[in-house]
Amino acid sequence: MKAPPFAYAAPVTIEGALALLAAHEDAKVLAGGQSLMPALNLRLAAPSVLVDINDIPELSEVSVTPAGLRLGALVRHSRIGSDPLIAGAVPLLGLAYPHIAHGAIRTRGTIGGSLAHADPSAEWPAVCLVCDAVMELRGPGGGREVPADAFSLGVFTTAIGAGELLVAIRFPAWPASRRAGFSEVARRKGDFAMVGAAVTVDLGAHGVCTAARIVLFGASDRPIRRHAAEARLCGRVPDAALLREVASVATEGLDPSSDLHASAEYRRRVAPVMVRRALAYALSLPEAARAA
Amino acid sequence: MTPTESLFITLTVNGEAVSREVAARLSLADFLREELRLTGTHLGCEHGVCGACTVLMDNEPVRACLMLAVQARGRSVTTVEGLTPPAGGLTPLQAAFQRRHAVQCGFCTPGMLMSATALLAGNPDPTAEHVRDALSSNICRCTGYVQIVEAVMEAAAEART
Ligand SMILES: Cc1cc2nc3c(=O)[nH]c(=O)nc-3n(C[C@H](O)[C@H](O)[C@H](O)COP(=O)(O)OP(=O)(O)OC[C@H]3O[C@@H](n4cnc5c(N)ncnc54)[C@H](O)[C@@H]3O)c2cc1C
Ligand code: FES
Ligand code: FES
Repeated sequence: MKAPPFAYAAPVTIEGALALLAAHEDAKVLAGGQSLMPALNLRLAAPSVLVDINDIPELSEVSVTPAGLRLGALVRHSRIGSDPLIAGAVPLLGLAYPHIAHGAIRTRGTIGGSLAHADPSAEWPAVCLVCDAVMELRGPGGGREVPADAFSLGVFTTAIGAGELLVAIRFPAWPASRRAGFSEVARRKGDFAMVGAAVTVDLGAHGVCTAARIVLFGASDRPIRRHAAEARLCGRVPDAALLREVASVATEGLDPSSDLHASAEYRRRVAPVMVRRALAYALSLPEAARAA
Repeated sequence: MTPTESLFITLTVNGEAVSREVAARLSLADFLREELRLTGTHLGCEHGVCGACTVLMDNEPVRACLMLAVQARGRSVTTVEGLTPPAGGLTPLQAAFQRRHAVQCGFCTPGMLMSATALLAGNPDPTAEHVRDALSSNICRCTGYVQIVEAVMEAAAEART
């Protein structure tokens, strides 16, 4: 099918984009188009105006400072996968990248678009939650910052308000002692995850876990942190038995939905395996290689 | 800045400058097929999944069904027609597809060729795993992929000798 008619503008500044969003109530932002164009072609969306943000150079900026990594909202998936500076600064981005779509989609799709789209099975929102990333928004009333745990509000729903633009994502500096792991299961390579886990583990003296982050995605209406499981890891030296225990705590009370891609039962069954594999990868423990 | 329902665009397609007034809603794929009559770019799904519409924009693979024609302004687009060497005939990759019977109905072939061309440009010595990974973005309903992977490997080996 073909996209419905709309008017198009490609501002070259953030202010220009904000003015267009303010002037046209049902305008939509066009970033990589890799979720919006399918929606237009399928006539699931019919905005009267598209505000193409691809000509705003500021939105593609990348910077690494002692405070951490800052990615402009328009940084493309392919750049995250190919720029060693980015995966060097936040290794979890590099681990998640190969699971996202395919070459011809990664060259266009953007991290900001993925976050704004808020598919519960998408990888970047989960990575942002694990890393305590902060979203920089700009709107008619100026700028504001939203932490990742207050950003995803449900299926295709975020804290981005009317007339607001996501301009950048900030990741705090990555401590040298932090390890990361990522695991997901999808129907085919490059598909959205049926369910997945993203984790970080900080190890102190004698291999004792001093902090841990465990996030599940595709298991709820948004990526979710598993605080009880994280607490179970802290203060202990992780081994295969502990990972098994932590994985089971991480998936207690999980209430995933059934859809075309997977049943709730399947998601519940596989979720602990994803947690175990991600943790085992992070800690270089043998569980990683074992079949589910 | 006033949003408009059509724009005058200039871009390069297969090495030639092209200028046209186009509707904002027109996809790059429909622009290529219907305005320029370059019907080698196929449309299977129009939502990014099948890969039949894959073309190169500034040497990177993109889905022509997921881009607006107006977004290609000022860019250089290469379609399967643009692969033809100046003297005519087939590229080594196309010849390998022919030799290896990597084509049955041919619907997926333009997209396969463009994805494989992009792969080989960035990685002249791919493993079969690399080839499978790159072509995982393209769906073929006929060949079963084995000959397609073989053809790409053969073209790569040939280019290295
Ligand atoms: C075949 C296929 C497979 C895919 N597989 C995966 C996958 O495995 N994992 C995955 O995560 N994604 C996958 N995707 C989706 C892809 O990652 C998209 O690129 C992403 O979801 C949206 O990013 P975009 O830049 O293309 O945004 P667009 O499609 O341009 O926009 C998406 C939405 O976000 C809004 N928006 C975009 N940018 C901003 C901004 N800066 N501020 C405010 N609002 C904004 C738009 O208005 C729109 O509503 C796949 C897509 C396809 C076609
Ligand atoms: S037609 Fe573009 S990917 Fe299928
Ligand atoms: S040859 Fe028929 S779809 Fe590939």
